[in-house]
Amino acid sequence: MGASTLAEAMVNPMLDGVLDAGPKVAPPLEILKESGQREVFCGLTSIVWLHRRMPDAFFLVVGSRTCAHLVQSAAGVMIFAEPRFGTAILGERDLAGLADANEELDRLVKELLARRPEIRTLFLVGSCPSEVIKLDLAKAAERLNRQLLGQVTVLNYSGSGIETTFTQGEDQALVAMTPLMPSSDKPQLLIAGTLADAVEDRLVDLFGRMGVGAVRSLPPRRSTELPPVGKGTKLLLAQPFLSATARALIARGAELIPAPYPLGVEGSREWMAAGAAACGVAPAQVAAVLDPLVERGRHAIAPHRETLAGKRLFLLPDSQLELSLARFLSRECGMELVEVGTPYLDRQLLASELDLLPAGTQISEGQDVERQLDRVRRAKPDLVVCGLGLANPLEAEGFATKWSIELVFSPIHGCDQAGDLAELFARPLRRRSLLSFAA
Amino acid sequence: MELTLWTYEGPPHVGALRIATSMEGVHYVLHAPQGDTYADLLFTMIERRDKRPPVTYTTFQARDLGGDTAELVKRSINQAVERFQPEALLVGESCTAELIQDQPGALAAGMALGGIPVVSLELPAYSKKENWGAAETLYQLVRGLLKDQVPPPGTPAPSPQRWQQEGRRPRVNLLGPSLLGFRCRDDIREITGLLDRCGIDVAVVAPLGARPADLQRIPSADANVCLYPEIAAPVCSWLERSFGMATVRTVPIGIGATTAFIEELCGLLGLEAPEFDEPSRLPWYSRSVDSTYLTGKRVFIFGDATHAIAAAKIASQELGFQVVGLGSYSRELAREVRAAAKELGLEAIITDDYLAVEKAMADASPELVLGTQMERHSAKRLGLPCAVISSPLHVQDVPARYSPQMGWEGANVIFDSWVHPLMMGLEEHLIGMFRHDFEFVDGHRSHLGEGAPAITSEPAAQATAATATAIATDTATATLEGLVWSADGEAELAKIPFFVRSKVRRNTETYARERQLQVIDSETLYEAKAYLSR
Repeated sequence: MGASTLAEAMVNPMLDGVLDAGPKVAPPLEILKESGQREVFCGLTSIVWLHRRMPDAFFLVVGSRTCAHLVQSAAGVMIFAEPRFGTAILGERDLAGLADANEELDRLVKELLARRPEIRTLFLVGSCPSEVIKLDLAKAAERLNRQLLGQVTVLNYSGSGIETTFTQGEDQALVAMTPLMPSSDKPQLLIAGTLADAVEDRLVDLFGRMGVGAVRSLPPRRSTELPPVGKGTKLLLAQPFLSATARALIARGAELIPAPYPLGVEGSREWMAAGAAACGVAPAQVAAVLDPLVERGRHAIAPHRETLAGKRLFLLPDSQLELSLARFLSRECGMELVEVGTPYLDRQLLASELDLLPAGTQISEGQDVERQLDRVRRAKPDLVVCGLGLANPLEAEGFATKWSIELVFSPIHGCDQAGDLAELFARPLRRRSLLSFAA
Repeated sequence: MELTLWTYEGPPHVGALRIATSMEGVHYVLHAPQGDTYADLLFTMIERRDKRPPVTYTTFQARDLGGDTAELVKRSINQAVERFQPEALLVGESCTAELIQDQPGALAAGMALGGIPVVSLELPAYSKKENWGAAETLYQLVRGLLKDQVPPPGTPAPSPQRWQQEGRRPRVNLLGPSLLGFRCRDDIREITGLLDRCGIDVAVVAPLGARPADLQRIPSADANVCLYPEIAAPVCSWLERSFGMATVRTVPIGIGATTAFIEELCGLLGLEAPEFDEPSRLPWYSRSVDSTYLTGKRVFIFGDATHAIAAAKIASQELGFQVVGLGSYSRELAREVRAAAKELGLEAIITDDYLAVEKAMADASPELVLGTQMERHSAKRLGLPCAVISSPLHVQDVPARYSPQMGWEGANVIFDSWVHPLMMGLEEHLIGMFRHDFEFVDGHRSHLGEGAPAITSEPAAQATAATATAIATDTATATLEGLVWSADGEAELAKIPFFVRSKVRRNTETYARERQLQVIDSETLYEAKAYLSR
């Protein structure tokens, strides 16, 4: 399924047609394409924030002990009395016969639902092993839906590492929900991508003040309250990693609004303005609401800009937010971009970001972690954005680091959070200047 | 298929990673899809390692599956050997790679790698777990590196006392300590010091800190010490069978076990065990009258087999606790755990379902829990004090200070870390007993519960601080919301132990607000108390 997300996006005529109306794709970029060892999470990791967004949903990974161990290592599972995600761990018997595996899965799902009667939506999440043995989770979901008679909706998607990188897991989960979205051609603004609840409330309120009343979100806070979609839907992506979701919603009639992503003051303003404009709000009204926020946001960034300006930044590929962050950190915080790594590059969804990046920015797609670390060592950047596996080793080599996983757990979207976002990157540098072990 | 919400142990290849990362000069090529690199953060974050684990992941993707993933394995091996120039190479696969059957070990065997020893690991991901994988990896690695040294069958076993003829001190190997094991770093230091005082040298410590060449020196020792059976039992048995090397199997955790360990080892080596003069404070502290209150404290124990069994013995014999539950997730050593439980009149809990452990814990109604990080969380939910005694680890189980579990100092550490959570409970009791004494001013604060009147931005807390100073003035006090405490209400509140007072105040105010009361007097306080205790 999502293995060739990028390739599919490239050839999808529907998406091309939509995007033609938007800003032109930037002139051909020099992009370093690499393959080799990738130091990134797989799509299962996105369960960590998706389950918090939808407290009435359960995410059941059908996979191996490795999957269970990955999710618990990424999520700090122990703080939950009983988490709303788990793994159906395949055993040797399941591998021996798929018929048995299906029966076993049905049994396990029923046990789980008996124990957790509050669950309204169950996501069966495919993994590397379930994909390789071709356990058909779509069929399993269909079968279980029939058996459960609508008490619980069973959906499926793949978060496997052979098909998805980290945040792409959310993309696949949202795609799985789109067929259940009711049809309506009424005008509305649809924001796709998980946002922190408080941030979402704030953005909805701001759109309201600009005169956009009908604002809905995907994923919704309750898994059963899916927003409608149709010809009147203007689609605004809150996250840059939703290629497949965008395609699915466009296929349902939505119109994708091209914009940079709402990270930093500039990105947030343009994103909101694009959404408002698409809903027919006059520029003066947009400015009346957003200009004070822009002013205040810049003010909040200013002290962090002092720390960050002129510092050299190297982003390793991980969360797929790298291009948007690079744009924010270079244009609003004055950082110099050494290399901007991204797990994969969807040129169309990131066209607005590519336009805003300084000319000649070195972008790399994919990863060969050893060679990339060689480049880090040669370039000696002041700050490296990377995953948790690399952070301490790089610190020990003398590099200041910022872990990228924090960016998917923290409220960072919108003008109001721009100062906090800048602070996340300034803190490692500030900390280094604070510490001293001299006599 | 088995539903797992949380697992004590990772997959077996994570065990192999623990061995590779514990050692120097070893590199592990792991045939694995994107995402399996998560395991790196176990070492770089939990252990705060300053180096990446020595692992190359082949990182195959769906599009590779149609093509030649075997070629990818070979490329990865070549690149890893060229870049890292390891002294020994481990080659294996994770759960998904096992399914596609590229057999990376066989591929590596057919490659020209300049004579580096290559050890192929077959770790069945769908039936085995992390500790088994670690034990198997150590065994395969030692076997692979020693295969040319194995004496022919029928060779008489070397005497553990041959050091006497060779004119040197006796020497032993310490086997089993690894990264992500519980306090291994400090145990090794403690046991090395202990052995030194017995006149025994340490030949090889493995896997922690060892190089492949060190493993090749293993047969030069007079005996092996199986410090962590979860990791070292298979390799010790093989060394016994193949090299005739004797194994000391007593794990020196606790006073009795440390004494037995020294006796066993010295007896084996033909040494006089030295007299240790007051080696540990645990026996005296435990006999000290202030420990009387520890008598019969109900203790629930769960962890890996080694630490759980040791804890049960220390708790029941050396601290005078009553063990009310004993269990382990180590199925490989379930028999030993069952035997230890039986001695205490208990049925051992052998499971890797943490919810079953939590239920057993609740049913046993203990006063202290000794467990893994997961039991610490379960105990917290049940409001029970807890000390951590076993992996799986949290970053706080890798302390900066020296804190072994083994040997004499280990016993000191154990006394402190198990007894302090209980002592805090006693202190609370004393505070309750003496709170009416005039010397006992309200400025004393409990370290539990509400904590110190810290600076806080919470409006309710500000109101509490403001009213606290107003108590002495004996006038009615207004809270922020316009609620008023009458003088007798305040007086009644002042009689309540200070460490729960602000909670009572908060609860009473919530109760009053819900009923739209304007004034809180002593009656309101008691009404609220009665209402809330229902």
